[in-house]
Amino acid sequence: MVDVPYEATVDVPPAEVADVELYHPKSWWTQYVFSQDAKVIAIQYSLTATAIGLVALVLSWLMRLQLGFPGTFSFIDANQYLQFITMHGMIMVIYLLTALFLGGFGNYLIPLMVGARDMVFPYVNMLSYWVYLLAVIVLASAFFVPGGPTGAGWTLYPPQAILSGTPGQDWGIILMLSSLILFIIGFTMGGLNYVVTVLQARTRGMTLMRLPLTVWGIFTATVMALLAFPALFVASVMMLFDRVLGTSFFMPALVEMGQQMKYGGGSPILFQHLFWFFGHPEVYIVALPAFGIVSDLISTHARKNIFGYRMMVWAIVAIGALSFIVWAHHMYVSGMHPHFGFFFATTTLIIAIPTAIKVYNWVLTLWRGDIHLTVPMLFALGFIITFVNGGLTGLFLGNVVVDVPLSDTMFVVAHFHMVMGVAPIMVVLGAIYHWYPKVTGRMLNEALGKLHFWVTFLGAYLIFFPMHYLGLLGVPRRYHDIGEAAFLTPSVHTLNAFMSVVALIVGLAQILFLFNLVWSLFKGKASGGNPWRATTLEWQTPETPPGHGNWGKELPVVYRWAYDYSVPGAPEDFIPQNQPPARRTAQGAAT
Amino acid sequence: MAETALTDHGEPAARAAGWRGIAADWSSDQRAFKNVSWGKAMMWIFLLSDTFIFSCFLLSYMTARMSTTVPWPNPSEVFALNIGGTHIPLILIAIMTFILISSSGTMAMAVNFGYRRDRVKTATLMLVTAAFGATFVGMQAFEWTKLIMEGVRPWENPWGAAQFGSSFFMITGFHGTHVTIGVIFLIAIARKVWRGDFDVERRGFFTSRKGHYEIVEITGLYWHFVDLVWVFIFAFFYLW
Ligand code: HEM
Ligand SMILES: [Cu+2]
Repeated sequence: MVDVPYEATVDVPPAEVADVELYHPKSWWTQYVFSQDAKVIAIQYSLTATAIGLVALVLSWLMRLQLGFPGTFSFIDANQYLQFITMHGMIMVIYLLTALFLGGFGNYLIPLMVGARDMVFPYVNMLSYWVYLLAVIVLASAFFVPGGPTGAGWTLYPPQAILSGTPGQDWGIILMLSSLILFIIGFTMGGLNYVVTVLQARTRGMTLMRLPLTVWGIFTATVMALLAFPALFVASVMMLFDRVLGTSFFMPALVEMGQQMKYGGGSPILFQHLFWFFGHPEVYIVALPAFGIVSDLISTHARKNIFGYRMMVWAIVAIGALSFIVWAHHMYVSGMHPHFGFFFATTTLIIAIPTAIKVYNWVLTLWRGDIHLTVPMLFALGFIITFVNGGLTGLFLGNVVVDVPLSDTMFVVAHFHMVMGVAPIMVVLGAIYHWYPKVTGRMLNEALGKLHFWVTFLGAYLIFFPMHYLGLLGVPRRYHDIGEAAFLTPSVHTLNAFMSVVALIVGLAQILFLFNLVWSLFKGKASGGNPWRATTLEWQTPETPPGHGNWGKELPVVYRWAYDYSVPGAPEDFIPQNQPPARRTAQGAAT
Repeated sequence: MAETALTDHGEPAARAAGWRGIAADWSSDQRAFKNVSWGKAMMWIFLLSDTFIFSCFLLSYMTARMSTTVPWPNPSEVFALNIGGTHIPLILIAIMTFILISSSGTMAMAVNFGYRRDRVKTATLMLVTAAFGATFVGMQAFEWTKLIMEGVRPWENPWGAAQFGSSFFMITGFHGTHVTIGVIFLIAIARKVWRGDFDVERRGFFTSRKGHYEIVEITGLYWHFVDLVWVFIFAFFYLW
């Protein structure tokens, strides 16, 4: 039993679950490579995701170079351009952001934040990482096979995805689909762990309504992923059969090069439904963890309790649920029945309500807070701005009549980069600055951090804000070279060149950031256990970085919610979650 | 089966009934599902996810079947057998279904004996379940062979819409894989039960966690799920 002051035991029921038996590594291999410790797995996930993310970053440079200076780079032809957008999009959305938020932050933070020793099934958790690594290798191998990676676009729409006109028709598409299937299998193993750990392995006193919002965000996103990825899994299996066995699930009767193909009777629209039944929730799978994390960053660095905690939780859950009934807003131009468009536009606009509530609550948390403009806080503010921007253009695209002319233009590209590209990346970066001290025991260099923030934030804005204008003019997306047309003003070409230069600079800033990560590991200022003076449990571990089993001999006991900042009358401006209440008054009311 | 209510983790907590009880559980600390072990919770959530996979498969098949412009082969005819000169529609499928449903019965008995710590009976019943499962897969292999001999391929068949063969092989194949995994799982667990691993709390080879008889029930959850899915496949593919 923990040494709990008498009064406090009244609030905290006795332990229901015996302390877990941990797996103790016996060799260097099982400690650092085939480790079952969620913290090591988290770092493995993060490093792998970053590595493949760098590939996507380099691809974005190449694409931008081509768009900015068409004709200059002879080594980028139209086929390659398509391959680049496909790999860039898929890597960014799935192999970087999903893996980083759930596999990386989820693994590191869930057990620490809920006061558990580890994930509930560490062995399965370890397998999850290795399958993910395999998926990444299969994906990356597409660059080295004859024909190269697929150029079908990250949406992989059939029938073109598997027809010979599309680059990567030989191997690329097969590797892409196999890699997705592997990713989903690996994710499921991890995801089950995250969900069960949050539901069943919290420490004493940690009720669901005391969880930090980070955990709520990651938890809800994981549940969504477990329900949304099945659709992608099925779609991938079926398309793989269409490609390899010659079935016609998605393939209608086609004539190719004057030849009647052997396909017939399949439905390309069916694929779109399956894909977007996954694809839309996927947007929120990367957004909800970002929402959660940013709430905690704002509250900690503004030294104020989060405004409307309960509303924040319900908004996360409501967004998660609603996002399963909006998928066809991606299909307004697919030729589906117009009544569907009406339904899906309505549900799409309804989602804006809980989302707007969250934005108001962030702003109200900042309102008259004691704002410390630390690097994590800067990134959090950057997130709010880019997210609001992307959210507003989302309202445009959610309406059928506005979407139809804008569909497949750069306006769409600008919109989703703002809302699910730049905004979550802002949170990822802010979160790394925030939690790096816990992971390594050292602070990241602040001056480099501020430089990194300003270049990334302003740069990303300069890239993607003008892109809306290109879209409104009608510049199509996925075009290797827009050439000359009457509707293209000279400013289009100037802007394109400008955006490309900025994109290179933004990319370089990320290299600077990687340098900071490595440099600070050795030379950073020692951080101590709780440099941000934060309340949540991960900052209260006996050791930093936390040891195997996280908590030393006794599990922590939680007495309060995660947001006791600047409590009037308290000696410090934060009260950790595991600090027992002060003495009771005679009536028995806790202070 | 009062035994099943007891888990390996301490005494069952007192709880309020009905919705109040559920709300109280969820808003309490430590565990949202009281007296539900980690393993069982994980299996349930996995099954929920797997339900979505099978639903997507079945919905895709139904879309294909409803939107096709060529005739759909008549399942009663395709899946008929000539036994002793008489032509019996769906007979093989009926037997397969019967076998799989029976295996759910033996599985349930195994779970019961597991909680009574009756090693021999538990292991035997699990092996019987596995044998039923293996028979099912064997009959499915026979059915596949027969159809393939008659010219059914994933991409074509002699009687109509090509999607008939595609969906058939894909869905029954995916389900058959589930059954096969279940059979392997059953045999592995039966071996552990037989050896008495759960009585001496021997540690798992990979996980180094102590084993409990509860794993029998968890295996059972999976097995019943696979049976239930078959009922839907049976209804939507063969009876429609
Ligand atoms: C410096 C950062 C980035 C730059 C410069 C950039 C640039 C681009 C460019 C030029 C395209 C192709 C546009 C077209 O011709 O259709 C593109 C597509 C795309 N990007 Fe990014 N991107 C960046 C970051 C991200 C991030 C963080 C995400 C994560 C969600 C992302 C997701 C996508 C997706 C999903 C596509 C669509 C691919 C397709 O059309 O199939 N990008 N990006
Ligand atoms: Cu959407």
